[in-house]
Amino acid sequence: MLIDTSTGLIQVEEDTKILPPNVIITTLDKIINWGRLSSIWPTTFGLACCAIEMMAVGASHYDFDRFGIIFRGSPRQADCMIVAGTVTKKMAPVVRRVYDQIPEPRYVVAMGSCACTGGVFRTYNTVQGCDTFLPVDVYVPGCPPRPETLLEGMMKLQEKIRKEQARWSPWR
Amino acid sequence: MELVEKIFETRELNVNMGPQHPATHGVLRLVLDIDGETIVKVTPYVGYLHRGIEKLGESMSYFQALPLTDRMDYVSAMANNIGYCIAVERLFGIEVPERAKFIRTIVGEMARIANHLLWLATHALDIGAMTVFLYCFREREWILELFEMICGARLTVTYPRIGGVKNDVPAEFLDSLWKFTEEFPTRIPEYETLIDQNRIWLKRTKGIGVISAEEAVNWGLTGPTLRGSGVPYDIRKHMPYDAYDKVDFEVPIGTEGDTYDRYRCRMMEMRQSNNIIRQCIEKLPPGPIMAETPNFTLQPKDKMMPITHPTKEHAFYIIEKACKGCGMCLRACPAKAIFGEKKQPHKIKQDLCLGCATCYVTCKFKALTIVPGGKGFPEEKLAELAVPPDKVPEDIKKAQEYLVKHFEFIKRGPKVPQGDIYIATEVPKGELGFYFISDGSGKPYRMRVRAPSFVHAGVLPRLCVGHLVADVIANIGTIDIVLGECDR
Repeated sequence: MLIDTSTGLIQVEEDTKILPPNVIITTLDKIINWGRLSSIWPTTFGLACCAIEMMAVGASHYDFDRFGIIFRGSPRQADCMIVAGTVTKKMAPVVRRVYDQIPEPRYVVAMGSCACTGGVFRTYNTVQGCDTFLPVDVYVPGCPPRPETLLEGMMKLQEKIRKEQARWSPWR
Repeated sequence: MELVEKIFETRELNVNMGPQHPATHGVLRLVLDIDGETIVKVTPYVGYLHRGIEKLGESMSYFQALPLTDRMDYVSAMANNIGYCIAVERLFGIEVPERAKFIRTIVGEMARIANHLLWLATHALDIGAMTVFLYCFREREWILELFEMICGARLTVTYPRIGGVKNDVPAEFLDSLWKFTEEFPTRIPEYETLIDQNRIWLKRTKGIGVISAEEAVNWGLTGPTLRGSGVPYDIRKHMPYDAYDKVDFEVPIGTEGDTYDRYRCRMMEMRQSNNIIRQCIEKLPPGPIMAETPNFTLQPKDKMMPITHPTKEHAFYIIEKACKGCGMCLRACPAKAIFGEKKQPHKIKQDLCLGCATCYVTCKFKALTIVPGGKGFPEEKLAELAVPPDKVPEDIKKAQEYLVKHFEFIKRGPKVPQGDIYIATEVPKGELGFYFISDGSGKPYRMRVRAPSFVHAGVLPRLCVGHLVADVIANIGTIDIVLGECDR
């Protein structure tokens, strides 16, 4: 991004000086990615223990809002899904359905050991990691991850979005 | 006339609520039959978070299954741990030291406050009071930080152990907890001023989800959900465990049995919990924190592993003349701290060494030895100070043996008396019961959890039918369910 501030003040009339019109030259990629990464809206979708920690991040102490991350009730208004908790075989189709409702571009953050790998629950009813049926962008380990870890995970997602190229174009 | 009736014919609508719904406290699914705005029928579907905890508990020894219990009711993990530990202790027949009992009471009541705060936060958020959420999480964070101070974890703590607690509470913890108990009673009125006299809150909670005392007992409700109907049933009072018989507290009850009364009950309970914590800190006796029954409880880790204990910093040293360069220690070293060519004397890099003694145990040529207290010494000094392999102190020699014993003890479990046992404790949500059938091995033959959330989820149809759609949300909130515990 290039900001043109080299020219200094311009004299228009006698005793009247104005700032030059600020010119920002950038690529479409950068401006779109910047817009996307500064307002990631995840769906409010808690599955298990990690949801409590996700709520803690959303609350006043850790404050997700300062990253522009605001929870939305409906997946149709969201950009991102934080899979917070154990995905069971009964729940997996529902999780997938919620993901399918999110408009493109959409991102998935697997929060917690259960969502990443199945965690301690190596049982008949637990999906061993939500990446078996979802394209996961960021894995956040921990059981449950500390709020700082989730914040770091979301920052990693922002970094990922920043590096995207031409995801806006119809020929992507 | 017939035509008019046909045009304005009403029929029941079948609405699916959840499992993805912001107000269902997890993954509860309700199928509502509604006639206009009025609920005709509610069918709760559970099992969306069924992880097989009971079955998993049967394949693990009693020690290993402990961390699973925090993942049941993750809002008040500490209380669940305590419930599990007490049930297993009664099965083993061991007595917990007095200090551990008091510490458990303290952390259990902290968990109760944390649970009720989260309940209030989400309940108010569902009904429409956003600010309460932010206020409640402010204090909840404080409690979680205190938990972190004693055991290092915020949510899933696993702090109580079978036979006591993991470690003693530090003095700073008690200081900051005392500060918390001084501050907290001034914070409760803050929440109350927000909603207590709020007209919307009153409209949405008074007269909603009314259940009489008799009916509440028949439905099997427990905890504040039952006490809101005016039944003073509290396991802490009637079948005291831990240190509850040594502290003085009241059991707040409601009169009407509606959502508002249950809310008042929980608010009063938070004050009582605060009171209990203060009494426990004042009465906290000195003494051990773990029952001294080596056949049933875990022994302190420094006894198991004297080498890795920070007060005994030893260095390991390979005697060049004795080393044949077989490479056994090189392959066995978990830290990859040993270097050397084949058939040449090996060397240990001291800064990488963990002090686990694996190399010492694997060496067959008596080439490895120990320099007591020699961590960080230069190479020449180590050669000078190294004790002959035969004269290595006995406790260090046995370290690995202890470690293996410890491992097997956890993996296989102790030899448990046969029989079955049901022990209930008062967790913030109600009566949490653990039922074990023991066949004498180190693993339970059957582990059954009586989860309050499961019972409470069953009462939802009774509470909702006849009310409006919006009241379903209030009713889900008021019974205080957590689906992790409900589905297990």
